[in-house]
Amino acid sequence: MNKTSHQQSGHTKLVVDIVEELKLEQGALLPILHGIQDELGYVPTESVPFIADSLNLSRAEVHGVISFYHYFRSSPPGRYTVQICRAESCQAMGSRVMENYAKELLGIDFHETTADGEVTLLPVYCLGNCACSPSVRVGNEIFSHVDKIRFDAIVASLGHQPVEVT
Amino acid sequence: MSAIIRLYVPRDTTACSLGADSVAATLQQAIERQQLPLDIVRNGSRGLYWLEPLIEMDTCNGRIAFGPVTSDKVDEFIASRFWERSAEHPLYLGPTEDIPYLKKQQRVTFARVGLTNPLSIEDYCANSGFEGLQAALNMSAQDIVTCVTDSGLRGRGGAAFPTGIKWQTVLDSPSGQKYIVCNADEGDSGTFSDRMLMESDPFCLIEGMIIAGLAVGADLGYIYLREEYPLTKQIFEQAVETARVHGYLGKTIASSDHQFDLELRLGAGAYICGEETSMLESLEGKRGEIRPKPPLPAVKGLFGKPSVINNVITLASVPSILANGPVVYQEYGVGKSRGTLPFQLAGNLKHTGLVELAFGGTLQTLLKDFGGGTRTGKPMRAVQVGGPLGAYLPESQWDTPLDYESFLAIDAMLGHGGVVAFDESVDMCEQARFSLEFCSIESCGKCTPCRIGSVRGVEVIDRIRQTTKNEEKRVQSIELLKELCDTMVDGSLCAMGGMTPFPVRSALLHFPEDFKSST
Repeated sequence: MNKTSHQQSGHTKLVVDIVEELKLEQGALLPILHGIQDELGYVPTESVPFIADSLNLSRAEVHGVISFYHYFRSSPPGRYTVQICRAESCQAMGSRVMENYAKELLGIDFHETTADGEVTLLPVYCLGNCACSPSVRVGNEIFSHVDKIRFDAIVASLGHQPVEVT
Repeated sequence: MSAIIRLYVPRDTTACSLGADSVAATLQQAIERQQLPLDIVRNGSRGLYWLEPLIEMDTCNGRIAFGPVTSDKVDEFIASRFWERSAEHPLYLGPTEDIPYLKKQQRVTFARVGLTNPLSIEDYCANSGFEGLQAALNMSAQDIVTCVTDSGLRGRGGAAFPTGIKWQTVLDSPSGQKYIVCNADEGDSGTFSDRMLMESDPFCLIEGMIIAGLAVGADLGYIYLREEYPLTKQIFEQAVETARVHGYLGKTIASSDHQFDLELRLGAGAYICGEETSMLESLEGKRGEIRPKPPLPAVKGLFGKPSVINNVITLASVPSILANGPVVYQEYGVGKSRGTLPFQLAGNLKHTGLVELAFGGTLQTLLKDFGGGTRTGKPMRAVQVGGPLGAYLPESQWDTPLDYESFLAIDAMLGHGGVVAFDESVDMCEQARFSLEFCSIESCGKCTPCRIGSVRGVEVIDRIRQTTKNEEKRVQSIELLKELCDTMVDGSLCAMGGMTPFPVRSALLHFPEDFKSST
């Protein structure tokens, strides 16, 4: 309980700093949300009223923006975010099979996080790496020609233990 | 002590995804430890992606290339003393410019891409950089717009609207605050030319935006870049800072009395924000819902002010047009499609990469002569041109000339120049279903045909797949799907709902057999 409230007050100061720094920019909301998510990994729901007040918006408007964009999230992601490209170029090189394999290996579906909190799996629609499909992104690193074997290697490099599929 | 030989190791998203960073690091270590007579420049990529990491080396006869020099081969590569016995090395490719894939291209907008260090303003200036800007600084705003109009340049983002007309409208709007907005939300699958240009020749885009500012009287530009391009962001932001330090951005650009500055803004994973009005909403800090037109953004755009909105490649084409005059650019191409288009070969092709060509060749040339057939070696069956809203073309249409009008005539589009090839294993019913599913995920929700139509479309296709044994029901469902496509085309507010039916209809028309048996 103590830890949580500490964390929250830490978050609050960070959110205040980011909002104060950016609120006078034109169209400041997206830069502010990016700033917060860059630092915390998500945009805490508790921060919405403060952001709204600072920009003279309603809470509904801020919530509407957060929920519109696939990238913004309201809950913390796992330690690693693994994005698998689902778009056509990757499909042409076998991404559907790899995508299913990845879900099975990690034991989760898209938009879910492994039980140990390590990996969050997300779909992405194009990483601009279409010359070397299928593509996967982990953090800011992009991987080419990802088949089952390479996906195994990527997951292994994160130190994640695959779930036993029975 | 022999002279230091310069090596080039690309720093580009795809090259790095194939190990270019670790190859560069290993080389650097070896150079330092063994005191080798070499140094490394991180250039952009030439766009011959199947050969990446492609390492180049300066020689007295120009640059020579080796590739692909992957991480697992780099130790042997160094041990071979490739700089002394180049031609003997198995990865030796000969003079870079003589590689047929590159030699057969007409690189105009991409002339510097891969050649220079993207972050060196000296490199940029030594290779015709800022010549267009210098020319523009000696011209009136109207003359700049006329020059762009005369070049025949059309928007390279996909819609192909004449750039000069757009600029003229903004120039003719009453003076006051105006904006240049660069659309770098390159969301179409199979496209990467915006990314490449911004990573490999960022000053070219900056120069194009400054010229646009001079042409219409705007002093501020925004670049809306997608979040999915982290390396692009890093490189481009550095380039903007460098341009500012060197006086190309700010209060007195290139020592003139003109003012112009740039700001990079990040998207947040919404495909629809590549649609220009949706992008404006996003830049204003709102949900990326599209705006009905009129008013045109050229009249009432960003923050309600007159705005030029152009794609990265459109703006990057402008410097060479100003530097060499409109006629040189206009001489490339056919009919109303003037100049060149950087095609991007993706998906199941052996030789993927960037191919800049004058309009007028055929798709077949791209697929066979450049692409080299499928990577899997199986027969090619379908090709999607122009991104997820583009039609799937069967072999009978691969002779279509590569120009905007010829593609429109077959209910297809060139769009942003992405070419995605599929081999015979593709299930076209599944592809049609994906087009609709993608639309349902990415629709902004503003208009009903797109928001609801896409969801119903997925359901109808699922029904088709489930009713293959009942011919009457199957035919009814297909009829329903066609009607739904008509409704989406006729009733949607923007290209998302209005063009999603293109890939669906083309799959139905050219690959009807895939809608018969469940696979």
